Amino acid sequence: METWPLLSIVTFAPLLGALLILLMVRGDREATDRNARWLALWASLATFLISLLIWINFDTGTADFQFVEKTAWFKFPGGYTLSYHMGVDGISMMFVLLSTLLTPICILCSWEIKSRVREYMAAFLVLETFMVGTFCALDLVTFYVFFEGVLLPMFLIIGVWGGNRRVYSAFKFFLYTLLGSVLMLVAVMAMYFLSKSAGQGTTDIVELLKFARETGFGAEAQKWLWLAFFASFAVKLPMWPVHTWLPDAHVEAPTAGSVILAGVLLKMGGYGFLRFSLPMFPDASVYFAPLVYTLSIVAIVYTSLVALAQEDMKKLIAYSSVAHMGFVTLGIFAATVQFSAGTLPDALLGEQAVTGAMFQMLSHGIVSAALFLCVGVVYDRLHTREIDRYGGLVHRMPRYAAVFMVFTLASVGLPGTSGFVGEFLVLFGVFQVNVWAAALAATGVILGAAYMLWLYRRIIFGELVKPDLMRMKDLNPREVAIFAPLVILVLWMGIWPEPFLDVFDASVKNLLTSFKAGACRVNEACFAAR
Amino acid sequence: MILPNLEYAASEMFVAVAAMVLLMIGVFRGEGSARLVSALSILVLAAAAAITVWMSPGESRMAFAGMFVSNGYTTFLKVGILLASAVGIVLSVGYNAREAIERFEYPVLIVLAALGMMVMVSAGDLLSLYIGLELQSLSLYVIAAIRRDSVKSSEAGLKYFVLGALASGMLLFGASLVYGFAGTTAFAGLAAQLTGASAPSVGLVVGLVLVMVGLAFKVSAVPFHMWTPDVYEGAPTPVTAFFAAAPKLAAMGLFVSVLAGPFGGLVKQWSQIVIVLAIASMVLGAFAAIAQTNIKRLMAYSSIGHIGYALVGLASGTKDGYSAVLVYMAIYIVMTLGAFAVILAMQRSGRMVEEIGDLTGLSRTNPLMAAMMLIFMFSMAGIPPLAGFYAKLYVFLAAVEAELYFLAVIGLVTSVVGAYYYIRIVKVMYFDEPEDALDPRPGRDLGAIQFVAGMATLLFFLFPSLLVGAADTAVFSLTGG
Repeated sequence: METWPLLSIVTFAPLLGALLILLMVRGDREATDRNARWLALWASLATFLISLLIWINFDTGTADFQFVEKTAWFKFPGGYTLSYHMGVDGISMMFVLLSTLLTPICILCSWEIKSRVREYMAAFLVLETFMVGTFCALDLVTFYVFFEGVLLPMFLIIGVWGGNRRVYSAFKFFLYTLLGSVLMLVAVMAMYFLSKSAGQGTTDIVELLKFARETGFGAEAQKWLWLAFFASFAVKLPMWPVHTWLPDAHVEAPTAGSVILAGVLLKMGGYGFLRFSLPMFPDASVYFAPLVYTLSIVAIVYTSLVALAQEDMKKLIAYSSVAHMGFVTLGIFAATVQFSAGTLPDALLGEQAVTGAMFQMLSHGIVSAALFLCVGVVYDRLHTREIDRYGGLVHRMPRYAAVFMVFTLASVGLPGTSGFVGEFLVLFGVFQVNVWAAALAATGVILGAAYMLWLYRRIIFGELVKPDLMRMKDLNPREVAIFAPLVILVLWMGIWPEPFLDVFDASVKNLLTSFKAGACRVNEACFAAR
Repeated sequence: MILPNLEYAASEMFVAVAAMVLLMIGVFRGEGSARLVSALSILVLAAAAAITVWMSPGESRMAFAGMFVSNGYTTFLKVGILLASAVGIVLSVGYNAREAIERFEYPVLIVLAALGMMVMVSAGDLLSLYIGLELQSLSLYVIAAIRRDSVKSSEAGLKYFVLGALASGMLLFGASLVYGFAGTTAFAGLAAQLTGASAPSVGLVVGLVLVMVGLAFKVSAVPFHMWTPDVYEGAPTPVTAFFAAAPKLAAMGLFVSVLAGPFGGLVKQWSQIVIVLAIASMVLGAFAAIAQTNIKRLMAYSSIGHIGYALVGLASGTKDGYSAVLVYMAIYIVMTLGAFAVILAMQRSGRMVEEIGDLTGLSRTNPLMAAMMLIFMFSMAGIPPLAGFYAKLYVFLAAVEAELYFLAVIGLVTSVVGAYYYIRIVKVMYFDEPEDALDPRPGRDLGAIQFVAGMATLLFFLFPSLLVGAADTAVFSLTGG
């Protein structure tokens, strides 16, 4: 097992599937379309199985990167050889699994796509390659290539298979994200030269983490670098006020596009904060923590209120995503605030919050994806997302109502569902460092319950009076197959989260220790206390 | 031996003789010989590229008493120039036949232009530089107006000629000032004088600025870009494709070798000018292209923008920067020639069309061509993993290394603006429904160029070291370590 480049296989297997699909040019359209669907499904399922294999062989006892692969890729001027460096730790492991799980589900839920099936399936598989690659990459340039490459297939998915305003949404999505990313690219290059001043420059993430722990970037440089990375991740996550591309993109994207967008692409921002911002720029993270806190709380409260006013189901869930991501950023940066107190930090204070943020991302990845799938189910039947057009669906679609309820409650954060664990841990952790932030964030939980339950009531309950709803059919076997694993996961993660927490526990601890060591070196208050 | 070291100019002599032979063939066989002459020209250019590589000296070698220099750097450029010129001829054959402007002078002029470019990148003296530049320019003026009956084409030729002559005049005036204040026009002599010189005389700096104006005109950097959109639009499309590729590479290569070589000692002075040129070109290239509806005009502004990015590498004034310029230009040429192969295939009932709107729904009517254009557009926008991203990565890396952070930030932000009009073409091809389909199949020649360029752009990330290593070696022999 050790000798197999498992991460490269799991990254590039979907790409191989996409190539095969694109090479199928002969035969009549019916047949190629059918073959494209099945091929895509098998390719993505095989990828999922490989990623499960990685999970099984994953050693939860260590925070080191595992399944590491490293080969020379190309040279920078000046002789530095960039490597193609892959590896996973507990944090990235979970995101890899999330990506490989959601892709087959997306392909299944797009079974009824009629136009350009081959291209559609290929686009999703290419997207999967870029997503998995983003989480596995252990070199900044490799990471950037995957991170940015995601834009290509996603742009096409929104633009070609999207709704009425798809062109506008696709452009907005593309340009917003690109603008954020190019600033990060400048920072990546600057990091290469800044780390050079203390020996050989590097873009290797493992080396840079070591450099940040032992030497560290200068305080002033950190601030600029942090801001550049922040520009990229804040747009991706998205944080208020750069979230406006998200509702548009979600509303216009096809169902599977929304699922991937909410399920995985948003997590890239959170992953970036955990992988880069916190450990590499610890001092700047402390410095900017109040900014992140403010933006997060505004996101939680404001977008929850906005969600209350939505008439479009997808838009409502999109805004709820922004609010939930607010919890994530709040949790991630809860590790930082204590430094302002000027006392020696408790090494693991903030662990709950960061763990919670991680868990919240995973939970949101599944729950919001499932909610978009739920919208997709009724959209496929009635071709509208307007909430007012529905009502009383429980009478015709009891199974659907049950499934939708599970995810609604998970989104609200009911104990016993995955949503509870994440939100609770975040609030618990944040409360220890900042009571006000925790209190304000908690109002977001209440508002969340308000808009989700209200949404559920308006769609599912009430009298079934609208004539076109009378003909609605309940979930078909394909849809049941889509929802079953997600329901199981949501409940499993809610009732017995241990197996999931275990995976990233060591990595989160390691992250916090190295973050604090780094921050304490620069932070005067902390340094004096030591 | 009367002229020692003649062998270093072997490929130039070969091309010069071959051009005359080709001209004779054309003259004696009459108008019907265009196809034959084109085919032979392509062979000549390919053979010249082979000779260049074969005769390439490892380090700098002089010929003609220092007027002519041959080294790894000139080899790199010459191979690029010759191949791009050959592709330029390939692109023109089908078009010229269709549009009834098939003339044997056309390939001969391209061969002569290529000769001029080879001489100018090999120049070891401001005078031989001027000779090469003029041979190139005069050939280009004529090609721009090759469609004699078209007002637009003639206008393009005339405009190009008048403005080009002005720029040549500036360059010559600058050269005379340099000669007046430095006492020499030889690159080696200038370099020796300027290296370590504390305060250069004002006259010399003015001379340098004027030489730079001439060169900036040739690469069409803002504010000397005015001719570009009109000439690109007015000239027949294969001519535009040729203009966008080989002469740009030659002029850019010359820009680098002149500034880094003889004027290397004045790097503080000229890098400020190059920064301004780069920023202005990137910004104008990005913003002015947004409003274009004609795809050739769009390509004109796009090329202005790309020149701006390449100049970023030059502005850094480092070896890494020069190597980045070469990498950028090489990738730029591949993308541009590929994109023009698509543009040339834009025909409706046998007639050329050149509005962006004519590409509507191309992904349905011709998926392969649309996919290739998609690759070129995303690559030009600088989206990884396509080649254009690495091109940008290298130039901006050089800029960051030279601590020109603001230049890198401005450049990358304008690249986002630029991305808007590139993805607009993707939108037209992929998001819009086809209305009036283009003719289904491009010629085999165009298809092949599209495919090869597309694959090179798409798969560049697999073998980046081939190009980057070659560029590094080339620059090494230019700056001598």
